[in-house]
Amino acid sequence: MTKILKKIYIGLIFLFLYAPMFTLIVLSFNKSKSRAKWGGFTFQWYGKLFGNSMVMQALINTLLIAFLSALIACVIGTIASLAINKMGIVMKSTLMGVTNIPMLNADIVTGISLMLLFLFFRFKFGFTTILLSHITFNIPYVILSVLPRIKKMNSSNYEAALDLGATPVYAFFKVILPDIWPGLLSGFLMAFTMSLDDFIITHFTKGPGVDTLSTKIYAQVKKGIDPEMYALSTLIFLSVLVLLILVNTLPAGNKKKKEID
Amino acid sequence: MKKKGLKIATALLASSVMVFPLLLNGCTSAPGAEKKEVYVYNWGEYLDPDVLDEFTEETGIKVIYDEFETNEVMYPKVEAGAVQYDVICPSDYMIQKMIENDLLQEINFDNVPNIKNIGNQYMESASEFDPGNKYAVPYCWGTVGILYNKTKVDEPIDSWSVLWDEKYKGDILMQNSVRDAFMVALKLKGYSMNSLDDKELEEAKNLLIEQKPLVQAYVVDQVRDKMIGNEAAIGVIYSGEAIYTQRENSDLEYVIPKEGTNVWIDCWVIPKNAQNKENAEAFINYMCKPEVALKNFDFITYSTPNVEARNLIEDEEIRNSPIAFPDLSEYDGLETYQYLGAEGDQKYADLWKQVKAE
Repeated sequence: MTKILKKIYIGLIFLFLYAPMFTLIVLSFNKSKSRAKWGGFTFQWYGKLFGNSMVMQALINTLLIAFLSALIACVIGTIASLAINKMGIVMKSTLMGVTNIPMLNADIVTGISLMLLFLFFRFKFGFTTILLSHITFNIPYVILSVLPRIKKMNSSNYEAALDLGATPVYAFFKVILPDIWPGLLSGFLMAFTMSLDDFIITHFTKGPGVDTLSTKIYAQVKKGIDPEMYALSTLIFLSVLVLLILVNTLPAGNKKKKEID
Repeated sequence: MKKKGLKIATALLASSVMVFPLLLNGCTSAPGAEKKEVYVYNWGEYLDPDVLDEFTEETGIKVIYDEFETNEVMYPKVEAGAVQYDVICPSDYMIQKMIENDLLQEINFDNVPNIKNIGNQYMESASEFDPGNKYAVPYCWGTVGILYNKTKVDEPIDSWSVLWDEKYKGDILMQNSVRDAFMVALKLKGYSMNSLDDKELEEAKNLLIEQKPLVQAYVVDQVRDKMIGNEAAIGVIYSGEAIYTQRENSDLEYVIPKEGTNVWIDCWVIPKNAQNKENAEAFINYMCKPEVALKNFDFITYSTPNVEARNLIEDEEIRNSPIAFPDLSEYDGLETYQYLGAEGDQKYADLWKQVKAE
């Protein structure tokens, strides 16, 4: 009896999680533009999507900004974590507090303050300003996932490398980096998704002619969201799904290989 | 040894900080000389994207196109001057507010000869918020009216009073915006929709509270989908959406109530800090070309004030559609929204809160 209840419970959770996604996927095949009417099955929105240069440009911008901002945030965040790790307790906790504030802060506050900052320095609003803001809000996430790895790391390995004649940079790449790699990777992924997700900060720091998917979709509110966007979201959902399946099955394959070795 | 590692880390950090301004320098452009480009700030999905390419082809002016979702979002961005747009497309009351706050500059109509294609009646309506027609060129317009489902309503509808009819309890959709909701109540009472009179507004508020139990939902753009899906019998809607909903569900009918209603007009304007004024005027002029206006009309289905473009519409039913092109002289009590000032806006907002909280 409890077993059945458990299954129903799990089923409900998945229903709530995936029903919206499923609706969206179904609507992406709807010939009618209205969500209230089924106009027949069609692939036309997928075709139109790839012909729409504005949406494609927005997609490229979104991915490029997410990738670059996560990458740069990883570099800055790792260097910062190395430094924070060496600090005294008082300094360390103050600095951690300071880096945590932007994460807890409401997005709209971050967005408006970044806009004012850029205005003050007379930056031209555009791709660069979006990228800079995304790097800014990504850094804390990288620090948060890299710092624990560094703390756990055995510092004598690094010192041994130096004693054996390695330069600090060489020792960093050969000793420290492999150790903190998992933390760095999860920090990168976290930063990447945060950047993909963001609307409010992008809205305040974007310039004319530069759109990410979120701002592009939001601009359609007045006239109703174009089904092309349903099609695009479906494709993104499917690629993430495939990626996750691959990631989750690959390590298992590796393990088997190791066992054979 | 430890110190050396720290030094390198600091050096790396410092250099990464130093490199950014260098990267940015390349991107900041010096203001001054007019370039072959024009910055356009328009509503989302509010023109046919092909038109932009054709404009560039014809004039050699590059269009940098940007979109906003509400007047209220557009205003602070323009006011802050974060981006210097050359052409913007706000609605009537917002244009008035921008004129009052000295954010717009007069258009040189020598550069916009195609203004002759815009119907006189629309220029007249525009002069309500832009006295003397100095700042604004009408682009899209429409009315607010009642959309009803013929199969769910027995009698012909021609008055706002149907929204207070007990018969349709739970089948009525109201607009979830202050001005539109109060417009309905004020018009039903025979007052101006721009009224600031405390007594009139109080009456309108009480009317709206009285209506509340009958209303199925206060919505914005869901009116469209709910009416198409037969989820309600009567809804308050913009005329531009009415044509689209009828295409999807032929049982739907749109009327302009006899008490009068709001006529809204979205216009092209040039902000004061525009860098490329002549290009902006060339852009506006291009938008007023009959073929271009027709293309945009086909794309957005909102009525065009361009008379020549209307004459080019091949489908007679649409060309003479009383929804898309009602004869405004047939109706009394048509008005555009006016900017009520910060105090007036606050007054409406407070009353609306009372309605919603009741």
